[in-house]
Amino acid sequence: MSTFDLAEAVLLGILIVTAVAITRARSLFVAAMLGGLFSLVTASLFVLLDAVDVALTEAAVGAGISTVLFITALALTNSREATTPRRRVIPAGLVAVLATAGLVYASFDLPGVGDPDSPVQTHPITDTYLRESQEDLHVPNTVTGVLASYRGYDTLGEVVVIFTAGIGVLLLMLGPRRPADEVKDRAYLQTEYRVLRVVSKTLMPFILLFALYVLLHGEYSPGGGFQAGVIFGAGFILYTLMFGLAAVQRVLPMRTLVVLVAVGVLIYAGVGVATMALGGGFLDYNEFNPGNPSGGQVAGILLIEVGVGVTVAAVMVAMFYSLVRRGVRR
Amino acid sequence: MTSQLPALQVVVPLVCAAGCVLLRSAFGAWLLFSVAATASLLTAVALTVQVWDGDVIRYEMGGWPAPAGIELVIDQANVVVLLLLGVIAVIAAAYGRRSIELEVPLRRIRMFYAAMCLLLTGLFGITVTGDAFNLFVFLEISSLSSYALIALGRRRRALLAAFQYLVIGTVGGTFLLIGVGLAFAVTGTLNMADLADRLPAVAGNRAVTGAVVFIFVGLAIKMAVFPLHAWLPGAYSEAPSVVSIVLAAVGTKVAIYAFARFAFTVFGIDVVFTDLPIGEAILVVGSLAMLAGAGVACFQQDFKRLLAWSSIGQVGMIVTGIGLATASGVSAAYLHIINHAVIKGALFAAAGILLIRLGSTSLESMAGLGRRMPLTFGAVVIAGLGLIGVPPTAGFASKWALASALVEDDRWLILIVMLASSLLAMVYVGRIVEVGWFRAPADLDERTAENVDQATAAANPGVVRVREQTSVLMAGPVALLAVASVYFGIDASLPSSLADGAARILTGGGAP
Amino acid sequence: MIATHYTYWIIFALMMIGLYAVMSHGNLVKKLIGLNIFQVAVFMFFISLGRVDGGSPPIITEGIEVYSHPLPHVLILTAIVVGVATTSVGVAIAIRIYEAYGTVEEDNALARDAAEEGTQ
Repeated sequence: MSTFDLAEAVLLGILIVTAVAITRARSLFVAAMLGGLFSLVTASLFVLLDAVDVALTEAAVGAGISTVLFITALALTNSREATTPRRRVIPAGLVAVLATAGLVYASFDLPGVGDPDSPVQTHPITDTYLRESQEDLHVPNTVTGVLASYRGYDTLGEVVVIFTAGIGVLLLMLGPRRPADEVKDRAYLQTEYRVLRVVSKTLMPFILLFALYVLLHGEYSPGGGFQAGVIFGAGFILYTLMFGLAAVQRVLPMRTLVVLVAVGVLIYAGVGVATMALGGGFLDYNEFNPGNPSGGQVAGILLIEVGVGVTVAAVMVAMFYSLVRRGVRR
Repeated sequence: MTSQLPALQVVVPLVCAAGCVLLRSAFGAWLLFSVAATASLLTAVALTVQVWDGDVIRYEMGGWPAPAGIELVIDQANVVVLLLLGVIAVIAAAYGRRSIELEVPLRRIRMFYAAMCLLLTGLFGITVTGDAFNLFVFLEISSLSSYALIALGRRRRALLAAFQYLVIGTVGGTFLLIGVGLAFAVTGTLNMADLADRLPAVAGNRAVTGAVVFIFVGLAIKMAVFPLHAWLPGAYSEAPSVVSIVLAAVGTKVAIYAFARFAFTVFGIDVVFTDLPIGEAILVVGSLAMLAGAGVACFQQDFKRLLAWSSIGQVGMIVTGIGLATASGVSAAYLHIINHAVIKGALFAAAGILLIRLGSTSLESMAGLGRRMPLTFGAVVIAGLGLIGVPPTAGFASKWALASALVEDDRWLILIVMLASSLLAMVYVGRIVEVGWFRAPADLDERTAENVDQATAAANPGVVRVREQTSVLMAGPVALLAVASVYFGIDASLPSSLADGAARILTGGGAP
Repeated sequence: MIATHYTYWIIFALMMIGLYAVMSHGNLVKKLIGLNIFQVAVFMFFISLGRVDGGSPPIITEGIEVYSHPLPHVLILTAIVVGVATTSVGVAIAIRIYEAYGTVEEDNALARDAAEEGTQ
């Protein structure tokens, strides 16, 4: 086995052990933390599997946002431990075993991992995405090219999914506004820890700048609208954790966030409507610059990435706000 | 403009959803939702006209040709579903104007309508797409909005029902994703037409078998096919009335369409029904569903829950038609998709009226309803006759169609099951009739006294404000749907031709 | 066969551990964590389909000829978003359930509903 394969095998082994540990852990806090570890190791595995964009996203979302969500859930539900009633184990185990058997059976006719002659690699669209995209789009990061242009409609769906989740959480978490909440807010401040306070204040602008870089440089290196939005949101969440909801809301009130959530989606859909108005199909960026189609593509891609970034960042922060406000109320 | 219709079918509700969030007023949000619903219906009608003669419309998203890009495909198989979605959306908009005001707190109404627009976006997106992964994305959009909408039900059980649906639904969606992944692994493509071209070359491949099974199980969860139906009774009965109407009328039907699309167009009859015993499996679970659904419905104490179990049985009927894999079977299935949507829409809309007028949907509170609210109860009885399949209702038309398809295929046992389920339907509809006409009106419970004001209702989440009169916006749709359920029984030409067209595309033509 | 397919099998095992966790636990938050594992394992499956031996990340650079396939990456980016969206809505509902029932154990909540029904 080459070193490469060994690294993969080791990571996969760690993942199995972690997954089993999560299932068996009685303490929910341990389970949530191990879940974060699981995502981080998965992100490393993705790097080994050449999926760098995905690794960045999985690290930010899986290890970052998901862990925050679970910890918040634990805090707001005063949960400590989980107990598994005996009766569930048999049917659950049965289903799991059956499904695994089915998958293993199916896998016998799957091409080997890494096989350059597999149907996936030899399909004509591979050439389209890897070679033709360089002439049509001039975007070196082919993942961004496929995501933003060839399969731009799917990415619109992705933005709508995040939008839907944001609406859902707001619908469920928002209650009547009460000024007394501001006072209780202080319970969530970490201001006693000077190191945290100083470091986070220093880091904030760099985090936001990095988010902007990831957004704009997504065409040339791993990155893009979604990762940028998550990083941008994470910056604000960090600030909220350090200095409290009241301080952050002076800069970014909930009302603005709700508007931004919708604005991002409208930017994306608006680009599509604009191309329709210009005579082309929905999301056909060539229409932006008929004389120089690839210029139009670059413009279109940039615009929709901005739309994605805005909605994602706004949804992340808005969700966090609403969860914190819900907790503060009690 | 007409060439952009397929894209607009999805984009208009989407933009309206974003708009609902930006607006300040609840009335404005309702207006936007109505605009989205009406525009969707008009678009669906225009598309129906375009594909009436068997044409197939292909729309390239982003201007990229499939399979590099994503394409939308409109043909007679999905245009039926589009029409149904449009009609139900308009009805929901009209009905919701009063119903939502009384069931959902004022602050949440504009977000509520945003979520409803997103539900429509998701359902339309599933129906028009020609790309397997894209179907998954829009399936998740419709599911996520459903989870949130169901959780807004007035009782705390709505939260449990929504959570249960979330877990089971996500597992289903992930199974679908696994299946799509397996199919992708052996063909290298996600476009449905391209898959249909490439799959015959790898026929007999175990990964393809796995793909079919996982896609079927994943969609079966969304279709609420027995025994994967556990989420449905809670979700349908606890959701706000408008949400129940939309989910019951079109929610599972879109998943049934998606399954039919995968089975007939992508994988093909040979792979799914001849090589694999999927057809037999479907017939078995469909029969079980017919019996279980109707049977359990007989024991329910709550009107909405009774309707939910009845739906499980009716979905079993539709799925049986698909499982026959013959033109007449699929046509019967589509016919019942239309007729059941009309019937159940009427019944759930009536349930919403009962909630507002009586403050409860339990069967006990319906005592003497035939005398207190004769028109509403009359609509319930008419629709109920449709569920049993009494001529000349639409329910009879679709049961007759399914019966002929079963006889054609020598499926006598299933025919007996279908008749048995009709007998059981007689029992549970009979219970409703007995409560409404043969019992004295019950005294109103003090908790739900008339004219409870909004402040009290807001403070006590379980209480719904009770009104003295039914608004015409709510009664109208009930009457319309009840009348339609009889009209389509007497003159089934429109639903039949739509259903036949769909069946022809799916079973006859093969790959588009 | 084993050398080329073992990755798939380990990934399937991870999927099933996640699925088992979802089904066998009654605690709502634990169910969500299990759901997360299940979904992440499916993502790994897709990514492994795009890998090429000796390939590199699909960012076109001077001098590199063999690239891994970008399509699975695009699909999984979307799928990750779907996953976190589902988790967030699930967490919100779970918090509301806690507020309404006082517990996040599914069995306890169902028992309370049944008790309520019994007294009506």
